[in-house]
Amino acid sequence: MAISIDKNLCVGCGACLKVCPYDAIDLIDRKAILNDSCVHCGACVDSCKFKAILSQAGEGPRKDLSEYAGVAVFAETRGQGLAKVATELLGCGRALADTRKVGLTAFLLGHRIQGLAKDLIAHGADRVVVVDDPRLAPFRTAPFARALTSVIQQQKPEIVLIGASGIGRDLAPRVANRLKTGLTADCTGLAIEEGSGLLLQTRPAFGGNVMATIVCPHHRPQMSTVRPGVMKPLPRDDHRQGTITEAKVTIKETDLRTVVREVVRLAGKKVDLSEATVIVSGGRGVGGAKGFEGIRDLAEALGGQVGASRAAVESGWIEHDHQVGQTGKSVSPRLYIACGISGAIQHLAGIAGADFVVAVNRDAQAPIMKAADVAIVGDLHQVVPLLAAEIRRARKENAA
Amino acid sequence: MLIIVPIKQVPDTNDVRIDPETGTLIREGVPSIVNPEDRHAVEMALVLKDQAGGGKVVVVSMGPPQAEIALREMLAMGADEAILLSDRAFAGADTLATACALAHAVRQLGQYDLIICGRQAIDGDTAQVGPQLAEFLQIPQATYAQDLRLEGGKIRVERAVEGEVQVLELPLPALVTCLKEANKPRIPTLKGCIGAFREKPFQVWNASRIKVPLEQIGLKGSPTQVRRTFTPPPRGQGIVLTGDPQQAVQTLVQTLREKGIM
Repeated sequence: MAISIDKNLCVGCGACLKVCPYDAIDLIDRKAILNDSCVHCGACVDSCKFKAILSQAGEGPRKDLSEYAGVAVFAETRGQGLAKVATELLGCGRALADTRKVGLTAFLLGHRIQGLAKDLIAHGADRVVVVDDPRLAPFRTAPFARALTSVIQQQKPEIVLIGASGIGRDLAPRVANRLKTGLTADCTGLAIEEGSGLLLQTRPAFGGNVMATIVCPHHRPQMSTVRPGVMKPLPRDDHRQGTITEAKVTIKETDLRTVVREVVRLAGKKVDLSEATVIVSGGRGVGGAKGFEGIRDLAEALGGQVGASRAAVESGWIEHDHQVGQTGKSVSPRLYIACGISGAIQHLAGIAGADFVVAVNRDAQAPIMKAADVAIVGDLHQVVPLLAAEIRRARKENAA
Repeated sequence: MLIIVPIKQVPDTNDVRIDPETGTLIREGVPSIVNPEDRHAVEMALVLKDQAGGGKVVVVSMGPPQAEIALREMLAMGADEAILLSDRAFAGADTLATACALAHAVRQLGQYDLIICGRQAIDGDTAQVGPQLAEFLQIPQATYAQDLRLEGGKIRVERAVEGEVQVLELPLPALVTCLKEANKPRIPTLKGCIGAFREKPFQVWNASRIKVPLEQIGLKGSPTQVRRTFTPPPRGQGIVLTGDPQQAVQTLVQTLREKGIM
């Protein structure tokens, strides 16, 4: 759809200004004029009593795709530092930028965060665009959406990557909508298609039972949220060179309607599987909340963390923070032990980064058994306690 | 108080199997259910309506005619009215085109106070439609809500993400996406089930009813396209240990030691 205003019919009443959700209409010399913020949503069409606003079918003014160049990542911050996913995005973004032979830019938004710009360069960025504003701390959706959209409009990257974290998944859909472009959620694989140069965005779909590769051929930028824990960061290199520039954005009063009353850290209770080196996970075969005691004990013997399949979490046997797989966390431990987990593709996708996989299952045909480095066919209620005991014995032997 | 709850009918993905020969999904015999987190959204809406001392909870779904049953189930739970957006023109929609259709439907409902969605649907797992709907309507949002209360014409939301809880205050109208930790959805009563079929308003709206331009919905209105779907290649088969568990465990520990993992 394309919106246009017939100046001959417009009487300058201003009715359309009030209904425009984007502040995209200005009244100049008693005529309504569309400004650059117009996304051609059509909200104003019915407001005009004089039929001066015309809506034409069609895709509207097609963007000139060639205006867009370069790869950009959203540098999410956590506390005083960078979120781990920010460096992961730089690692992956660097590879994409090199393939496309373009630059890699990081968008750093927040308040008093300029110090982090050099960290972004050390992790692979050629350029850092900083937006520093007191209204950008702590995180709130509306001012961040305004600032990130604005920076993207100014910089025109062809690819924008955002971490699929609690912040990224809140923010990215709003920004993509405001830009009227596509957004692919929770990608686990990104590549450039030969020939077309399009971004191939691969993600688990249909509950993780299949993988889907998504493209965004006619809109820019191509936007993805990327699952934390999947992409590898580059090693820090403080000799890397890059430029740091500040960007100006206009945050509006209406963006500040949401108030953050307080932020409560859940210390002690926090489970961070994405950083664990050993994970022992339980699934449907564990049989109940009580069955997880054995899993916990084995994890403790190994000094690892407890994970769970979606089935176990959905049955209410264990909290959601423990979930590994599509809707949970992707993990990359040195050792992953799956107990009573059949291994839906979503789960296998979640553990693709594990170095060594052990599966314990009664069903030798379960998919997880074919994906495991060592598969033990047997009852986990027998095997898990035996394994915990054997590991403790071996540890003692080592210590002696 | 008018609360709108968009819901989705989804295949129960826990029951999905892959055809080992063709590598495609076996959809036959897979039951359709109301997306689990959407039940929590309806529960949240019903509790809030009571807290507000009255009002209306309207459930809306975009889907094929069969999605009627999902909406009827929500009426049985206690929702007051249901609207099914059904039109071939909606087919093939990505999250943006879906949110666009929902936004036009919401506008047809007049002045509303709150939209509550489930966090995400189990078939797509994108969590994008809620925020994109809020953006179309230009209202504030709070995703990942574990608690929601009315406080003096505003809402107080506890948003649980990454090891912390943000307590937010939002003006109305607003959109909230809720976690399953937020509540325990009620089970429909027999009376509720009867009412869902006999008394409560149920409407089917097509694209022209919600006055949405056809190029903004369905496949045409979707910037993203699926290039291909596939089943991921399995990891190579490793060692399989059967028989005596004690022996198996010893072999495993030995292997872990040899590999330097322990």
